[in-house]
Amino acid sequence: MALVLGAALIGSLVLAPDALANFITPKSGGSPNANAISSLYKVTLYIAAVVFVIVEGALVYSVYKFRAKKGAHAAQIHGNTRLEIGWTFAAALILVVLTVLTFVKLPSIINPPNSDADGFVSASVTEPTPPNGEKLTVCVTGRQFIWRYTYGQDCLNQAFTSKLPYSYQEMVVPEHTTVVLDIQSTDVIHSWWVPSLGGKVDAVPGYTTYTWFKVPHTGLFHGQCAQLCGTNHAAMTALVNVVTPSQYQAWLTQQKADIQTANAQVGQLRTILTASGNLGDT
Amino acid sequence: MATTDYILRPVPQVIAHEVVKPRETKRWVDWVTTTDHKKIGIMYMVLTFVFFCLGGIEALMMRMQLSVPNNTLVTSEHYNMLLTLHGTTMIFLFVVPVMAGFANYFVPLMIGARDMAFPRLNALSFWLLLFGGIVFYITLFFHPPEAGWWSYPPLSEALYSPSGGQDAWIFLIHITGISSLVGAINFYATIVNMRAPGMSWGRLPLFVWSILVYAVLLIIALPVVAAAVTMLLTDRHFGTHFFDPTANGSPVLWQHLFWFFGHPEVYIMILPGFGMISEIIPVFSRKPIFGYKAIAASTVVIAFLALLVWGHHLFASPIPVVVLGFFMLSSFLIGVPTGVKIFNWIATLWRGSLVMTTALYFAVGFIALFVIGGITGIFLAVFPVDWQLNDTYFVVAHFHYVLVGGAVFTVFAGIYYWFPKISGRLLNEKVGKLSFWLMFIGFNATFLPQHSLGLSGMPRRIYTYAPGLGWSTYNLISTIGSFILGVGVLVTILNVARSAKHGKVAGPDPWKGNTLEWYTSSPPPANNFDTIPRVRSVEPMRDIRRQIERETGVTQKTGGSEQFARV
Repeated sequence: MALVLGAALIGSLVLAPDALANFITPKSGGSPNANAISSLYKVTLYIAAVVFVIVEGALVYSVYKFRAKKGAHAAQIHGNTRLEIGWTFAAALILVVLTVLTFVKLPSIINPPNSDADGFVSASVTEPTPPNGEKLTVCVTGRQFIWRYTYGQDCLNQAFTSKLPYSYQEMVVPEHTTVVLDIQSTDVIHSWWVPSLGGKVDAVPGYTTYTWFKVPHTGLFHGQCAQLCGTNHAAMTALVNVVTPSQYQAWLTQQKADIQTANAQVGQLRTILTASGNLGDT
Repeated sequence: MATTDYILRPVPQVIAHEVVKPRETKRWVDWVTTTDHKKIGIMYMVLTFVFFCLGGIEALMMRMQLSVPNNTLVTSEHYNMLLTLHGTTMIFLFVVPVMAGFANYFVPLMIGARDMAFPRLNALSFWLLLFGGIVFYITLFFHPPEAGWWSYPPLSEALYSPSGGQDAWIFLIHITGISSLVGAINFYATIVNMRAPGMSWGRLPLFVWSILVYAVLLIIALPVVAAAVTMLLTDRHFGTHFFDPTANGSPVLWQHLFWFFGHPEVYIMILPGFGMISEIIPVFSRKPIFGYKAIAASTVVIAFLALLVWGHHLFASPIPVVVLGFFMLSSFLIGVPTGVKIFNWIATLWRGSLVMTTALYFAVGFIALFVIGGITGIFLAVFPVDWQLNDTYFVVAHFHYVLVGGAVFTVFAGIYYWFPKISGRLLNEKVGKLSFWLMFIGFNATFLPQHSLGLSGMPRRIYTYAPGLGWSTYNLISTIGSFILGVGVLVTILNVARSAKHGKVAGPDPWKGNTLEWYTSSPPPANNFDTIPRVRSVEPMRDIRRQIERETGVTQKTGGSEQFARV
């Protein structure tokens, strides 16, 4: 048993060169907000490393140095008010520094920047908006156990009346573009999370939540529902496919046409089935 | 007993004589009908360890499932049941009540009382705990709950979790909640009213301080979760819509109510452990605790702040940024008194004369692990960073460092420290140290890689994952570690089982203890003490030893501890 496990361990270390990816830092590189979170994390990590070394060092040293020996006597110290006040303030000071840093970094994490000049944009006024107001809106709807994306402005209210194009699981978006996500759920709580494109946002039924990302290059980004949503929670993955703006435009047109064709086919099938009496009044 | 006898026998002796009565009842009837705090305490500890083992087996099954990608050992449905059972068991049926078990046994002894204030209520607390555990575990034969120990609606509502398992979970919260509430009132009344003469608040042992604060926190937090689960129950069966968004209810309301209880619960679980460490470290450092007042005060401050930090569980929920900022600050703030405690413990070790017993191993191991859990807590309090780390294995690693590294290691320190008092026999130290190293190494192998898993994007609560995501190696290491940890726990269980009959006889005070439980015999007689000494400091036993030394001129050597000193 142990041998098998050991062999598997060594095997996976050798065979998977990316096995130790993200050893001590979070994923980033897909979007400015993910990068800002990562840099805030790193600052925290540096401070934490110093605290860790000092505290664990003092602990290990005292256990090593002050073991009972013949003739050794324990110093009968009851306390030291100055020292105690000192380390209380030192601890508080570290936290003040972290608080300031967090609020300095915060705007770059929550406020979307402008799209680049060659980005693909439409206008909307309901969600967080870049300074020039130009962005691409995608509505993300969580349900057991898949993500649905509706593309286009006002997708929250007009998804059906405007016959907006939609897709499941794989989201297609253009590069250089500030993409704002309007996140909802139709059943239980889900959590939208694509690590390289920023932090997670819960999809809570009855609420609309927002996030954004802006990807500087084409590529595929994996994500996964982060809140337990039922039996197939593990299968509720997401894939963000970043393409060029012209590819995006082509994909959108194609998707719209595909949906229309599929709708027409379903309509035809329905007519046939109803006529043949195989489809009851439902 | 004449004065001369007293001088000739310098070890503190208890003048209790056990009255031997012919046995009229069967032995098990004695246990079932007992109102003796010591017997109830032992029953608490044994029962909660049974639940600890069950929760541990559930954890090992989850780790087995996650050891390799695309594993099919456990189905997704069973995995969700396992994670719900594991979390609920460890929190409601192990850590909280095991602390009540230690408190039951030792609070009356440490404050020089004969029993708890309300002995029969005390028995009720125990039997309700057993009953709650049975109500919960009986679902194994039907359909265990699968919405997690946090049971967020709408997933826990009747539409998505129609099985009775969810209702059993609700009743578990109700029943064990009443058990803990009754127990908390009992501890409070006992500590406030029944302290030995001279034991002012400034001379209260730090473990008793922590139990006092534990009781107050339970009294404040438990009614809130009782209300919340009652609302969930009426939502599920009686047509209310507290948490139903389709009828203007709010799932976020549950999150607030649940975590208003849930975060104080974390401190309910860890403060008694802090108390044990504050007792054990001075004894084996042969030094007074460094900064008694600061440690007692920080316990109270932690409890107060614990009621103000629940929002950090909701950083990804629909909540305004200013509120997130508040909860970040309050969560930072609670790090300060916690840090103060750690500094004080290290300062107590500093320039001491450390007797390296297993209890001290576990106490030092606790500090080492808890520091890591505390530091990762700061990461999670920075709410933008939490947006990346929340609901990932980073969080799993964090709270296991706090609750296993914290609570479980302190419980094991407590077992090695107090077992001689409970049984009259010492645990085997060599086996104990083996158990410590297995647990320490196994624990770190299990949970250290989980930080990296979370940073690599692995969410919690998924029953399997695809290969090629960079998660496989960490998961395999973690699974191997969890089995080493399990073996370490098993070694202590075997140690306890063997030493209860065959261990070295401990005598009343094997460690040169500081507090009054070491004043009586091991195990203590039913009435605990025939005489109660007047308490003149926070270390009454030390005062007594010194007085004897002054009067006899003989250095007090006691049975157990000298054998561990490095010569």
